[in-house]
Amino acid sequence: MLDRNQIAQRIAQEVQDGWYVNLGIGIPTLIANYVPEDISVEFQSENGILGMGPFPFEGEEDADLINAGKQTITARPGAAIFDSATSFAMIRGQHINLTVLGAMEVAQNGDIANWKIPGKLVKGMGGAMDLVASAENIIVAMMHTNRKGDSKILEQCTLPLTGVGCVKKVVTNMAVLEVLGDGFRLLERAPGVSVEDIRNATAARLVVDGEVPEITF
Amino acid sequence: MNKVCANAGAAIVGISNDMTLMLGGFGLCGIPENCIAALAKSGVTGLTCISNNAGVDDFGLGLMLQSRQIKKMIASYVGENAEFERQMLSGELEVDLIPQGSLAERCRAGGAGIPAFFTPAGYGTEVAEGKEVREFNGKPHILESALTADFAIVKAWKGDTLGNLVYKGTARNFNPVMAMAGKITIAEVEELVEPGELDPNHIHTPGVFVQRIFQGKSFEKRIEQRTVRSK
Repeated sequence: MLDRNQIAQRIAQEVQDGWYVNLGIGIPTLIANYVPEDISVEFQSENGILGMGPFPFEGEEDADLINAGKQTITARPGAAIFDSATSFAMIRGQHINLTVLGAMEVAQNGDIANWKIPGKLVKGMGGAMDLVASAENIIVAMMHTNRKGDSKILEQCTLPLTGVGCVKKVVTNMAVLEVLGDGFRLLERAPGVSVEDIRNATAARLVVDGEVPEITF
Repeated sequence: MNKVCANAGAAIVGISNDMTLMLGGFGLCGIPENCIAALAKSGVTGLTCISNNAGVDDFGLGLMLQSRQIKKMIASYVGENAEFERQMLSGELEVDLIPQGSLAERCRAGGAGIPAFFTPAGYGTEVAEGKEVREFNGKPHILESALTADFAIVKAWKGDTLGNLVYKGTARNFNPVMAMAGKITIAEVEELVEPGELDPNHIHTPGVFVQRIFQGKSFEKRIEQRTVRSK
C-alpha cells in the first residue's frame, strides 16, 4: 500500500513541463514536493496566486501571503497575484492544465462527491465545484476505502455531488485507475497489492486488461 | 468631495439593522479588521453578510457572530468556527453556501452591471436546484445572479484620499470585486497617502468604486495556519 506521500509522488509523475497546476488541500498539496526539478511547473492557489512556492523559513511568515488552505507560503520568482474573480477565470476558462483534489467518493461515470455528508456539519464547497466543473484534466487523490473499510470507488456516488462526469483518473493507496464511464480500468497496482485485493476493495466495475504493472517511482 | 474618514467608527456610519454587507478577505487574510471591530461594537443587527468565510471564533466575522449581529451568511466555506456551527445547527443563522468562483463572479457582475450569467460550476449538484439550465458549446450551464450590497467593506495595503487602492499579496482576494459591488464602499488601508503618491499603473481598484476611506489602526493580521520549513 502507498502512504499519503507516495500517492503524491505517483501523481507527480503525471505533471508535464510547462503546466499550470491547481492542488487541493491534503494529499494533493504534497505533490509539489515531488515534481522533478528539470521541468517547469507553476502552482496556482485559488485564493489568488500563480507561482506558489514552498512554506517560508521560520520567522519569515507573511500574513498577507497564504494558500487556499490558509497556510503561510512563499511566492516564487515570476509569481503573479490576482483577485478571486481572475483566479476563477483561469479555472473556469480552462487555462489550468491539471487539477488534483481529494474526494469522499468517485463513481465510474466520473462523478465526484467531496463536500457534504448529510446529517453532518456542512462547511461548504469552497472552490471545488468551480474546479471540477471546468478542468479538462482532473485527478483524484484519496484512500481507496473510508475509515469503516467501505470502498470509495463506486458505481454511483451516494453523497451529494460536487461535480458530474468530470474525474479522469484516480490514484489511491492501492491503485491507479482510469475512469471509463461504465467502469474503472486498473492501470497500476501498489507494490505488494494484488489485483484481487483491489477488486475486493472496489465497489465499481473494474476492468483488468492483461498483466497489471506495479507502481514504480 | 471628501472621502476620508477619521476612523472605522466614522466610516461605518449609516450601516443599520437588516442591511446587506460584503466583506473582503479569504480566511483571515485581507479582512477589514478595524471595521469589523467597529461593527461588533455598534450593536447593529439582522445583517446579511457576504464573505468567502466567516472568520474564527474570536476574530474576523466570528466577533459579529458572537454578538448575534448576523442573520444570514452567504459564503463558500465556513469551517474553523465553533460558534458559527452552533448557530447554524440551532437555526439561528441562515446560511447560503455558494461555489467560490461563482461567489467572486456574482460580486464582479454586480459591480459591472451584469445582472446574471451562466456558469458550469455546480451543474448537476444541489447548487443548481431551481436554477435555469442552458447548454452552450455542448455543455450544460446554470444561471447565477449578480450580488450587490448596501455597503461593501474592503481592506487594502495602500490607498490615496481619492479612494484608489493597492493590495498586497494574497490579501487581495475578494476585495477588488466586492469594492465594485457596494452601493457604498468603505476601504480601510494600512497607509493612506496623497493623490499622486501611488503609481497610476499599479492601481488595483480605481477610486470611482470607493466612497469612504480611512487608515486603520494596529492591524493584527492574524495567521490561521502558520506553516514553515526549517533552514
